[in-house]
Amino acid sequence: MSAPTHSAHHAPQGFIRKYVFSLDHKVIGIQYYFLGLFSVFLGMSLSLLMRFHMVNPEAKVAWFAKLWPTAAAGGMMTPELYLSLMTMHGTIMVFFVLTTVPQSGFGNYFLPLQIGAEDMAFPVLNMLSFWTTFIALVVMVSAFFVQGGAPLAGWTAYPPLSGVGRITGPGEGMGQTLWIASIAIFCGASLMGAINFIATTVDLRCKGMRLMRMPLTCWTWLVTAILALLGFAVLLAAGLLLILDRTVGTSFFIPGSLMISDQIITNHKGGSPLLWQHLFWFFGHPEVYIAILPGMGVTSHLLATFARKPVFGYKAMVYAILSIGFLGFLVWGHHMFMSGMNPYSAMAFSVLTMAIGVPSAIKTFNWIGTLWGGKIHFDTAMMFSLGFVSLFVTGGLSGIFLGQPALDLYFHDTYFVVGHFHMIMGVAAIFGMFAGTFYWFPKMFGKMMNETLGKIHFYATFIGVYCIFAPMHFVGMAGNPRRYSDFTNVEYLAGLMPVHKFMTQAAYFTAAVQILFLINLFWSLWKGPKAPMNPWNSTSLEWTIPSPPPFDNFGGVHPVVNHGPYEFSVPGAPTDFIMQTDPPSVSSED
Amino acid sequence: MGMSGSITHDIVHGPPRPPVEGGWGGGGGGGGSDGRGRGAFRRASFTGLYVLLAASTMLFAAFTSAMVVRRGLSDDWVSMPKPPILLVNTAILLASSLALELARRALKSGGRARFNGWWTAGTALGMLFLAGQALAWNQLNAAGVFISTNPSSSFFYVLSVSHAVHLLGGVSALSYVAVQAWRLSLGPGKRTAIDISAIFWHFLDGLWLYLMVLFYVWG
Repeated sequence: MSAPTHSAHHAPQGFIRKYVFSLDHKVIGIQYYFLGLFSVFLGMSLSLLMRFHMVNPEAKVAWFAKLWPTAAAGGMMTPELYLSLMTMHGTIMVFFVLTTVPQSGFGNYFLPLQIGAEDMAFPVLNMLSFWTTFIALVVMVSAFFVQGGAPLAGWTAYPPLSGVGRITGPGEGMGQTLWIASIAIFCGASLMGAINFIATTVDLRCKGMRLMRMPLTCWTWLVTAILALLGFAVLLAAGLLLILDRTVGTSFFIPGSLMISDQIITNHKGGSPLLWQHLFWFFGHPEVYIAILPGMGVTSHLLATFARKPVFGYKAMVYAILSIGFLGFLVWGHHMFMSGMNPYSAMAFSVLTMAIGVPSAIKTFNWIGTLWGGKIHFDTAMMFSLGFVSLFVTGGLSGIFLGQPALDLYFHDTYFVVGHFHMIMGVAAIFGMFAGTFYWFPKMFGKMMNETLGKIHFYATFIGVYCIFAPMHFVGMAGNPRRYSDFTNVEYLAGLMPVHKFMTQAAYFTAAVQILFLINLFWSLWKGPKAPMNPWNSTSLEWTIPSPPPFDNFGGVHPVVNHGPYEFSVPGAPTDFIMQTDPPSVSSED
Repeated sequence: MGMSGSITHDIVHGPPRPPVEGGWGGGGGGGGSDGRGRGAFRRASFTGLYVLLAASTMLFAAFTSAMVVRRGLSDDWVSMPKPPILLVNTAILLASSLALELARRALKSGGRARFNGWWTAGTALGMLFLAGQALAWNQLNAAGVFISTNPSSSFFYVLSVSHAVHLLGGVSALSYVAVQAWRLSLGPGKRTAIDISAIFWHFLDGLWLYLMVLFYVWG
């Protein structure tokens, strides 16, 4: 009876069990990583097409016509095609990159390692969660290939546009239905992932790994999982209602007496589009933190490691992460200042939004405090972490403006918002992923990445993203609306066209230098020098085992933790770092 | 593709040890000292369950909030007639929870046969509830009340079907335990599966009572 009938830690046999339907959290983490890598290049290609179209709206490109015989007949992109590219770019980036890689990718691989567990709590659920995500991605991408093409309603899918079907645009038929189905499937996958992350963190920590001894990465994965759990459940509910409005003719979100394309919509009445906005943003705002919190964790971890100093104010960091998570659920209304909400509600949402500035500033000052007086090692991983801090501060500052209802009325539908969210949620999070890649690659694959190529890639990307997104704030202030496919013939925007051309060229440049990253990644996988066990002299548990780790992580030895995660440069210690598993006598304890 | 390096090591350091359980609910596991083995798996299972219940609660909270808002905003809400069989179904569901509790008590006092009986009864009542729900939807259809007839009926179908989907999961878990019980393979290691599925079931029971109040008061 007590003899186990199955175990996560039999050495997996055969290719399929080892690499495809693997139960090993490390393989699943890598699967998520490569799913995200595919998605990020897909999403980036879509953005390049958008930037190209914006400055060359009348260009005829032969292969556009081949790719989209109707939407780009004769090689010229229609505005609808532009909108579908925008929708898919946003959706793929937010869900399949920002939500997937930092949490499900790195989190899956390193949460069990950093807390001294042999695997996630529910390996089968973990595998299901990955393959469900994979199906969601397939369904999402298939929207490109159905009649009418991909949806046009943006990653926020506001009804009535997203609710009444084909009549609102070519992609609003099957494409939009597939979009909602994909998101619903993705919600399921995220919920499974969140259950695993929370149960693993709460119950599978090794001996001595008290909560306050967890690396900050683990804290951010835990809080992100809680946000995902509560947020995706609500998005799932909203998605189900929206798909019913589309398919069986209910009226949750669709009001009556709508006139679309010269036709009166008669089969809906009484629904509320605002209801969708509330449900969507109740998920949508926490989603921002789902994307950025793991990046904050990696940044905290790396700044300490590469500055050879303890994280400044570890406990304050933990409380800041928790309060960002909590406040994140109270501010969704700031996405809806334009919806005609009661000004008193707007004020409440605005005050709560400003309140998030407090824990965010605590984190930023603590990062600076961590760096202060440190012996900084400027490895590529560290450069990307510093880049993260820079982008987070830049993006955060513009957020303060958008959090004011009076200012948001002006900025909301301009490029100011596009600049803001790309800085803080897009590229900051991506820098977190780059940092994680350069830092953990040796552990994941047993090879070192190339530092020179890495630094060139860092500087080019860092300058590139600022050149793309900083000018967006200015064109936004000048009144340039977003979500339009073409402003070449708009008189008051004529003066801004050179700026748009500059941003487009910066986007080409930035995209091109990502090839350096790919080369570095795959070349190092193949030919990189062998990685030692602990190349960065880090302290956390994943660096106590071989690179790459054996399939059962700690090889049967149960780690015992005696130290906090950031005991660097402790006076009297023989080295400038104390591993978490070192005997207690090495220092005076945390 | 590119993941070759990470999982090819078959090194085992140190002495052999009892393997840790993987997978969902049930199955015995080796004991371990520090946070491993059956104890850890049992604790993690409970945490996982409560986290799942939190997600379900959020799902139904979102539906509820949508219902309250949709009802308050519009003038097209016509309260839908509730088929009386819902009351019978409610009684059946409550009885199934009661049977599961009696089964758990029987197991505690060592009554394996009584456990099997009560547990199977609870499972059967659960299936009966689902059949009763199907009957309720049929009656509504026959009376011309469809999902798109009125927002009131829309929410009734959405909520009752979402609940039924949860229940399908619950019935599967109960049936798994029942089959294990009759095959006499229900060892102490299965205690977790029993507890988890019973608690999940009670949650669905409470959720249904809440939905009934919602239907009769605001529906």
